[in-house]
Amino acid sequence: MISALLVMLGLALALGAALGAASVLFRTQGDPLVDKIDAILPQTQCGQCGYPGCKPYATAIAGGDADINQCPPGGDEGVRKLADLLGREYKPLNAEHGVEKPKSVAVIDEATCIGCTLCIQACPVDAIVGAAKQMHTIVADLCTGCELCVAPCPADCIAMVPVADTVDTWKWRYPVFDLKPVTHAPAKEAA
Amino acid sequence: MLRQLFSFNGGVKPDPNKGASTREPIARLPLPPQLIIPLHQHIGGTPRPLVKAGDRVLHGQRIGAADGNVSSAVHAPTSGTVVAVEPRLMPHASGLSAMAVVIEPDGLDLRIEREPFDWHAATPGEVRDHLRDAGVVGLGGAVFPSHLKLSAGTAGSTDTLVINGAECEPFITCDDMLMRSEALDILHGAQVMRKMLAAKQVLVGVEDNKPDAAAALKAAAAELGDASLDIVVVPTRYPAGGAKQLIRVLTGIEVPHGRRSTDYGVQCFNVATALAVWNALEHGEPLTRRIVTVAGNVERPRNFDVAIGTPIGFVFEHAGLKPDTDTLIMGGPMMGVPLPGVEAPVVKATNCLLASSPALFPPPEPEMPCIRCGECARACPADLQPFELYWHARSRNFGRAQEYHLFDCIECGCCAYVCPSHIPLVDYYRYAKSEIWARERDKDAADSARERFEFRNWRAEREKEEKAARLAARSAAKPAAKTVEVANTATSPADPEAAAPATTDPKKALIEAAMARARAQKEAAAAKNTDALTPDQQAQVDAAEARRKRAADLLAEKQTANAQADPSADQNDAAR
Repeated sequence: MISALLVMLGLALALGAALGAASVLFRTQGDPLVDKIDAILPQTQCGQCGYPGCKPYATAIAGGDADINQCPPGGDEGVRKLADLLGREYKPLNAEHGVEKPKSVAVIDEATCIGCTLCIQACPVDAIVGAAKQMHTIVADLCTGCELCVAPCPADCIAMVPVADTVDTWKWRYPVFDLKPVTHAPAKEAA
Repeated sequence: MLRQLFSFNGGVKPDPNKGASTREPIARLPLPPQLIIPLHQHIGGTPRPLVKAGDRVLHGQRIGAADGNVSSAVHAPTSGTVVAVEPRLMPHASGLSAMAVVIEPDGLDLRIEREPFDWHAATPGEVRDHLRDAGVVGLGGAVFPSHLKLSAGTAGSTDTLVINGAECEPFITCDDMLMRSEALDILHGAQVMRKMLAAKQVLVGVEDNKPDAAAALKAAAAELGDASLDIVVVPTRYPAGGAKQLIRVLTGIEVPHGRRSTDYGVQCFNVATALAVWNALEHGEPLTRRIVTVAGNVERPRNFDVAIGTPIGFVFEHAGLKPDTDTLIMGGPMMGVPLPGVEAPVVKATNCLLASSPALFPPPEPEMPCIRCGECARACPADLQPFELYWHARSRNFGRAQEYHLFDCIECGCCAYVCPSHIPLVDYYRYAKSEIWARERDKDAADSARERFEFRNWRAEREKEEKAARLAARSAAKPAAKTVEVANTATSPADPEAAAPATTDPKKALIEAAMARARAQKEAAAAKNTDALTPDQQAQVDAAEARRKRAADLLAEKQTANAQADPSADQNDAAR
């Protein structure tokens, strides 16, 4: 009887120690849910959701403080992905936070720029180069199109230009078929 | 010697339709009124333009320089004037434009002086650089820069060099005609590549529907007397000309998913690429022309030797485009892409220009539901399950499509060819592939934006901390400065300036202290070459010292005057 109790006690202690050690050794850093949500967000860092960046918004979603439909750059697809991840009901984008726009980049009219550095301070991803009283320019590849630099510019020299498709980024269309085959006009100009 | 041949799974046997364009030899196409030479004609970085509008260029002059190592150069095919460097319509299904150099030929065809290149003596690295700058890319259709495929890697890692002369797609005969006319130089090129790769043998694969080409190659091989060269005739079956398929037929090696043929000691080049390598090394001739088959709904189907940059409409004019043509295709009927317009130029990838008419290629029958017959899987030469890929691509379930190895699909079109429901399967695969690429680009951009955003936040935090530390240091220095000030006032109680507001005094004291330090430093820094001076030099030194002292005295006078006149100036300076 005693030996059985001792065996059970010993087992309980050993397993408890193992569990305790595991909880220390394999502790997860941060909230994995926040990272998963952050991975879906487009990282525009535009703040249209009402939070200062994508990570804070992800934290707010994970904490239940924010809704999943506040990210216009992520668009409808982003909302669907968040709904999928969190097991919530899909809802259309909240128009209060803005509407979905085609991807754009900011372009500085370099002739008008007065070199005030205000846009550099506003850019959340350090995509603007320049110095005080020197012309500024935007590194198009790094620009997320957040529009945060447009408002602070005192010379109104920043414009948002939609990114055009190139031969390298062009996508094949989803195959759609007419029920009746359409006959094309012959290419006469070549004949 | 009879070589044992292997076989790949699947494949189809469409009507070859190669007779019409092989009746006449290759014709050299005259120069068009304007050449449009796209800068980006290959896989890899877009070359930087080296010319601008108004420049005169010569035949063979480099007009676009390779951007990095994974890139290739572009050259002018004739002499003339650069009219523009601007976006022009590309021979691409998108119908979009890209940067191109537009040249108006002057008809003189003056050659640029060729720099002699002794490739026998050059190191493999130099030969590769030369090929990159000669714009040599794979001419089988993939236009991958050839110099990247010609590195030997670890010694003896390449066993077999496969030269691809199979040319399996219907209508296309450019390689066939090239092998008939340039067999010797193709084999010369193959020998050079074998040397560079340190390969043991060269296998030239030719489909058995090209007996003339095989005979020409065999005669050339006999002339060279190279025992490592073997011309192998392989059975005609589409797509025997696919690199992985031809390697499997010739060597029996099946390259598995996620691996390259080079992992198994096999490298593969097209016959036209072998010729381009030879021309670039032996004759210093950059790649500015290629053979293009013009076939389909034309009066005179034929192979033309075309300057790269020739508008497609100009090529079709010479072949006599029939009026009932409805679509122009670049490539063959199985893998070709529809062209957006006749203004698009011939590029390095253009192996065939095909005119299609409703009679020649009847419009596709309406797409019916998939009946899960499995015909496509039996036909797939890449051993995939096309029906699975189709379902997942159709339902935009791209992750699953990738699990079924969507990217191993070579888009040969066998599955769509045999599909009894007339499903345009390849269109779905192309759609899924480009969507996946776009998503990957977006994800990379998002990751980089996240990283930069986090770094910026971290930097802002660090700056805040540094500022706080500076302020703390300054406030710690204040009491010390005060004691200095107290000492000063004690020594000169009569000075009326000592009664100035206490806030400016510690700062003044700090500045004084800093200046004292600077003075001390200046004095400590003695000249090093003052031993054993001639009287002349000593006199010079003394004069300089005297000047320096006078200047210092003047400066000190001025400073005391300034400090007395405007004590608030110091405050401003310190606050900055």
